[in-house]
Amino acid sequence: MTQENNIDAALSTENASAFKSGQEDFIQQGASDKSDEVLIAVKDLKKSFGDNEVLKGINLNIKNGEKIAVIGPSGCGKSTLLRCINCMEDPSSGSIFFEGEDLADMKVDINVHRQKIGMVFQQFNLFNNLTVLQNIMLAPVVIAKKKRNKNKRINFFRSIANLFRKKDNRKPLVPLGKSIAEIKAEASSRAHALLTRIGLDDKADAYPATLSGGQKQRIAIVRALAMEPKVMLFDEPTSALDPEMVGEVLDLMKKLADDGMTMVIVTHEMGFAREVATRVLFMDGGVIAEENTPDKFFTAPASPRLKDFLSKVL
Amino acid sequence: MKRSWNLFYTQFITYNGYKTVLNGLLTTVEIAVFGLIIGILIGTLIALVKVMPKYKLLPRILNRICEVYVGFFRGTPMVVQLLIAYYVLLPAMGIPADGVTVAVVVFGLNSGAYVSEIMRSGIQSVDAGQLEAGRALGLTFWTAMIKIVIPQSIKNILPTLGNEFIVLVKETSVVSFIAVTDLTKAFRAIGDANYEYVIPYLMLAAVYLVLVILITVGIRFMERRLKRSDARK
Ligand SMILES: Nc1ncnc2c1ncn2[C@@H]1O[C@H](COP(=O)(O)OP(=O)(O)O)[C@@H](O)[C@H]1O
Ligand SMILES: [Mg+2]
Repeated sequence: MTQENNIDAALSTENASAFKSGQEDFIQQGASDKSDEVLIAVKDLKKSFGDNEVLKGINLNIKNGEKIAVIGPSGCGKSTLLRCINCMEDPSSGSIFFEGEDLADMKVDINVHRQKIGMVFQQFNLFNNLTVLQNIMLAPVVIAKKKRNKNKRINFFRSIANLFRKKDNRKPLVPLGKSIAEIKAEASSRAHALLTRIGLDDKADAYPATLSGGQKQRIAIVRALAMEPKVMLFDEPTSALDPEMVGEVLDLMKKLADDGMTMVIVTHEMGFAREVATRVLFMDGGVIAEENTPDKFFTAPASPRLKDFLSKVL
Repeated sequence: MKRSWNLFYTQFITYNGYKTVLNGLLTTVEIAVFGLIIGILIGTLIALVKVMPKYKLLPRILNRICEVYVGFFRGTPMVVQLLIAYYVLLPAMGIPADGVTVAVVVFGLNSGAYVSEIMRSGIQSVDAGQLEAGRALGLTFWTAMIKIVIPQSIKNILPTLGNEFIVLVKETSVVSFIAVTDLTKAFRAIGDANYEYVIPYLMLAAVYLVLVILITVGIRFMERRLKRSDARK
């Protein structure tokens, strides 16, 4: 983030809570140029815990820019599906492809994979021992430092190997890129910019315990955004909130959707699903029992199970 | 009683018994402190092995080794461990045994087994969502532990660690079995001089009590500091 952008962001603080501005996106590159490309492909995914088969064959293609709402009764495996996509659970069978890469492949580094996926939890899970700013900066800084250290290691071995190579045969050293101080400064200014966007920059040095649920969840969302993920997974992001705080979190998610973020949202907020989603899935009995565009999904549900479910929650 | 006092006084002051007692006190504290330090090092390692993900073979092997270790040291009396180390293992290896060193090592190994449990439960008392959120951001298990989970577990661990220290201080009274002159042995020596034990043993109890009270006050102080730093949250 350059200095000018920073000031830009700071200037827009005055009415930041109302996301009118829209000049600066939450996501760095517009995902729209790659729309229609399949980002995540889930193929016949099955997952059992012991004898309990929770997912019984899920097939799902998620394209760039899609906003998929997942609804279904409690215990039907919605969280498990998200957790499989994020490699927090290993599938019992079937496979998941992320940008065409099979996640079961041993070559896939799950930590690198997870950096591309933002996850938002029902319980927020802000790090209690860190300030808001540190919460947002932690992962970007740690990961940038790690890359830098890896390059340092490479250079160390190369320079030793180069001692034994002829002059014109020597391998060039890898550029180290930013210094640690630069990495930190950049992460900090990006964190402040994100906080400014959600109107919470004054809470940068506060600890999570002093925040309301709505504030915590909005910070958890920008913490995930700080990693510049390609997709955001939301697992009932408003279910643990007091009713008066649901709106502010949904507003932020809507803004994110408008910015073109690819999103998978497990939710009980039917109004939100209908308004924001491009596709709604009904999970039941470990499979995707029905899926449709939001309008058709809610106005003309096909299966009796879905009709029954909707009649209970609407 | 009067006679006992007089004999104790003579022995303690005139015949320099206080020097033996001071040395014994030092030995007691030394064994407890270094034992605790070794125990914390070993206990931390074991606790980390215990909470590590167990998908791979190496963590599982390490885990089994730790189980055996903890099982042995918690399943046998400290005195027996001291006796085995001092009279069996060291002679068998042909190493000249220094009682205090043996005591420090055995107390360290023994308390490592207990401390590992304290640390494990302290770590596991931190909400699992904290680790999960860290991993979801792409942090490795170890980074997430070091930056997020372990700092939060410390306020659960420290007070219990203080209790372990108290236990250690009191347990050191068995080291006379391997010819180490600790606090207990020092007071017994004073009693032995005249076969008059009333005052020496009452004094001995008083000194242990004072030690334990001092440690307890220290722990309270630490707890309060931790609470205060917690208030900012
Ligand atoms: N780690 C686990 N071990 C055992 N059973 C689990 C585990 N995680 C989830 N389950 C079970 O899987 C089922 C689906 O859980 P979940 O995916 O959380 O459902 P949902 O999010 O739709 O409410 C539940 O019956 C739950 O008990
Ligand atoms: Mg769930």
